[in-house]
Amino acid sequence: MINIKNLHKSFGTNHVLNGIDLDFTRHGITAILGPNGSGKTTLIKSILGMVIPDSGSIRFMGESIKNKYAYRNHIGYLPQIARFPENLKPTELFQLLGNLKNTRPNLDNLIDRFNLGQHLNTRLGKLSGGTRQKINLLQAFGFDSPVIILDEPTAGLDPVSVIELKKLMREEEARGKIILLTTHIISFVEDMAEEMVFLLDGHIHFRGDKEALLNKYKQTNLEPAIADILRANAAPAQAIS
Amino acid sequence: MYKIFRFYFSDLIRSRWTILYTLFYLLLTTGLLLLSPNISKVIISLMNVILFLVPLVASMLGILYYYNTRDFIELLLAQPLNRQNIFLGQYFSISASLGISLLAGIGIPFLFYGILSSPEIFNYLTLLVTGLFLNFIFAAIAFLLALKNENKIRAFGSTIILWLFFAVIYDGIILLLLSFFRDYPLEKFTLGASLLNPIDLSRIMILLQLDIAALMGFTGAVFSKFFGSGFGIAISLSSLALWILIPLWRINRISLKKDF
Amino acid sequence: MRVFTFLFLIFLLAFAERNPAYAATIVVEPNSSQHPIQLAINQANAGDTILIKKGTYFVANILVHKRVTIRGINNPVIDGNGETEIFTVSSDGVIIEGLHIQNTGISYLEDRAGIRLKQNSHCIIRNNKLVNTFFGIYLEKSTDATIENNLITGNAIEENASGNAIHCWYSKRLSIRHNQTIKHRDGIYFEFVDNSNIAENESKDNLRYGLHFMFSNDNNYFQNSFSNNGAGVAVMFSKCINMWENRFYSNWGRASYGLLLKEITDTDISNNLFRENTIGIYVEGSSRIDYHHNEFVRNGWAIKMSGGCLDNHVLLNNFSGNSFSLSALASSTNSNTFSHNFWSDYNGYDLDKDNIGDIPHRPMKLFDQVVQKTPEALVLLRSLFIDLLNFSERVSPIFTPENICDFHPWITPVQNAVEL
Repeated sequence: MINIKNLHKSFGTNHVLNGIDLDFTRHGITAILGPNGSGKTTLIKSILGMVIPDSGSIRFMGESIKNKYAYRNHIGYLPQIARFPENLKPTELFQLLGNLKNTRPNLDNLIDRFNLGQHLNTRLGKLSGGTRQKINLLQAFGFDSPVIILDEPTAGLDPVSVIELKKLMREEEARGKIILLTTHIISFVEDMAEEMVFLLDGHIHFRGDKEALLNKYKQTNLEPAIADILRANAAPAQAIS
Repeated sequence: MYKIFRFYFSDLIRSRWTILYTLFYLLLTTGLLLLSPNISKVIISLMNVILFLVPLVASMLGILYYYNTRDFIELLLAQPLNRQNIFLGQYFSISASLGISLLAGIGIPFLFYGILSSPEIFNYLTLLVTGLFLNFIFAAIAFLLALKNENKIRAFGSTIILWLFFAVIYDGIILLLLSFFRDYPLEKFTLGASLLNPIDLSRIMILLQLDIAALMGFTGAVFSKFFGSGFGIAISLSSLALWILIPLWRINRISLKKDF
Repeated sequence: MRVFTFLFLIFLLAFAERNPAYAATIVVEPNSSQHPIQLAINQANAGDTILIKKGTYFVANILVHKRVTIRGINNPVIDGNGETEIFTVSSDGVIIEGLHIQNTGISYLEDRAGIRLKQNSHCIIRNNKLVNTFFGIYLEKSTDATIENNLITGNAIEENASGNAIHCWYSKRLSIRHNQTIKHRDGIYFEFVDNSNIAENESKDNLRYGLHFMFSNDNNYFQNSFSNNGAGVAVMFSKCINMWENRFYSNWGRASYGLLLKEITDTDISNNLFRENTIGIYVEGSSRIDYHHNEFVRNGWAIKMSGGCLDNHVLLNNFSGNSFSLSALASSTNSNTFSHNFWSDYNGYDLDKDNIGDIPHRPMKLFDQVVQKTPEALVLLRSLFIDLLNFSERVSPIFTPENICDFHPWITPVQNAVEL
């Protein structure tokens, strides 16, 4: 569904993406990992069209996304920071997004699951960070998009909601969705992601499922395996961050 | 664009800032109308406030709003819509809401005063129109600067400097040049220089109403052509319009290329 | 018997002269002869009335050398064919009324007029329309004349190819009332004219002045209106001219003013309205002049005083919304006073509520001096920078003359000035 070929992007002298080739075709949850500054966010933003690549191509459902926007109708995106215009209510936010996507969101189930009923008519500026993140989740999952991109989905969530989020992700996976995930919570990755893409210095350092990664670094847990990767590449990683 | 506009607009119109800004103008105008013996003096006082404050507030609140909604812009960018629509929609919503504050704050007291049947109606309308123009111009400039600078402080700094430059320093430089080169024919220069500064332009629009008698005292042919027979108003209006269109065009260009 | 008859005839003649009932009436119709009006005058006796019936009469110069009344019925048109002066009146006591006089043509050699009064007295010119006459009504050494209710419209384009609507030269005791003088060089022109009144006239769209005095003393003009002229009224080299209740407005242009005073003394200017003139009053070399109860509204400069002005007293006037209230030279203002005026740009306060501002008002701004030296700087008027400049100058005056100051500025507009 998403094909990325030879993607390059630099900000000034800083080469953030150095020839990325990636395909996301099978349904399932893929974690995009890497140290700070490794290009995770840039990669995701390139797929969403927020960052414009220097060279290379990104195809979505077979078509180049360059100068296009309609394809984003098929992507649910959860931005890292859940901040919305302060004087509006969640219902108005959903209304706008529904208008833009030309779809009616299916939210009732999600509202119940995240216990948001009493907040729907409160001004967004008055909601707590956790509640705002739940609203954020609602907009990312509520439109039944075939691709869902989650940037730090657990930020600010209470444990109960994290459990609910995990359940939700499983369900969506089961319904055939492609879910891309970046997070710093390794345990979350360990629990949720079958496949990982490990970015380093703008290259794909590793791609494969969890077992392959663990085998490669001869570890039983993800955390030490990742630490091994980072240690092995300490110098450049630091130089970047 | 309209969807974005409506969305932001309904956010802004409920914002504390908008309400404060409207109240400020309401109180100021009502106060001036109550205290001052004649309406043309009120208009002159308001003119000073408008030429000074409208650009400052429009650029400050414009830039503030951009950075306040910076994170939300990322969510919008991931939606199926054209990039320009996001920024133009946002620009128009902020300038429209500020414009409505101005219109309501200055308009309502004058309506009660009975401006519609007053002979000063044209001066008053000129004041409103130039105020609105300045509002749209400086919101556009601020928005452009915000788009160009990821750094909030730098954007704020350059906006304030730009405002100070247009509001005060520019005229000081013109005056200095005029007194240094007194012996040369400077009418074209003077007129041209004034057309390049939106605040000066707005002021001249108002002068054309309030001080036409003095302006007609110019000896130069360029001046008398400019100030006579609507020509000056036409030039000033189109110049003001350019001051909105050029930043908007730049906003459009930048929004197409910018990485977020 | 012959003597008797002769006496009777004398008596009859005398009676006819004195008593209108016995005066003859001669009726003139178009095409009744080659020059019907001149013929009628030639045939008339003093005291006769010549009635001119409706129609168009193409005439050569008509000489009125007898004391007759020439009266038009339904505005007959007397046309000079663009070639000649129309009426030249040399007799006393002539009345010309109800005519439509037109087309004298322009001459650079002679001052052709629609009606000329020449070395006579007690003539009345009223209710006429003069169109396209080079000079409209020309008084030359005429005394005690009345010019009333005439409409005099020219078509002046250039100053040196145009004449004045009402031109008075070496005359005395004139009454010029309720005329309209439009599109000439000067609306009303006085040179060496004394003891006359000019009232209720409307003078507009004239190239030079609405009203022009030269070397004319002891005149009054009141309740006139002067608008859109090159300049409103110019009073020069004269004394004792009283100016009351006139309106001067919309006199715009590079050297334009509502009222110019040049070498004038002993004059009272009161209850006038000066509105939207480039300069309201321009004063040069004039002394002993009182300005009071005038209304200055939205002029470029309300009053501009040039050199040599002594004992000008500006008292109880209203200054509202003028771009500059006052411009004066420091040296010239030693004996000039400003007091009890209302200045709309006064920024003081009145804590003791006596309607007089507690701090003095300085009507001269620093910016005015800047503009005098650099006229182009005028486009910076009302800019924030200029306001700051004026403010700092007001706090500590360095450049503006100390003595130009109203120590008793009125807080609210002076009442009974003039109706706006």
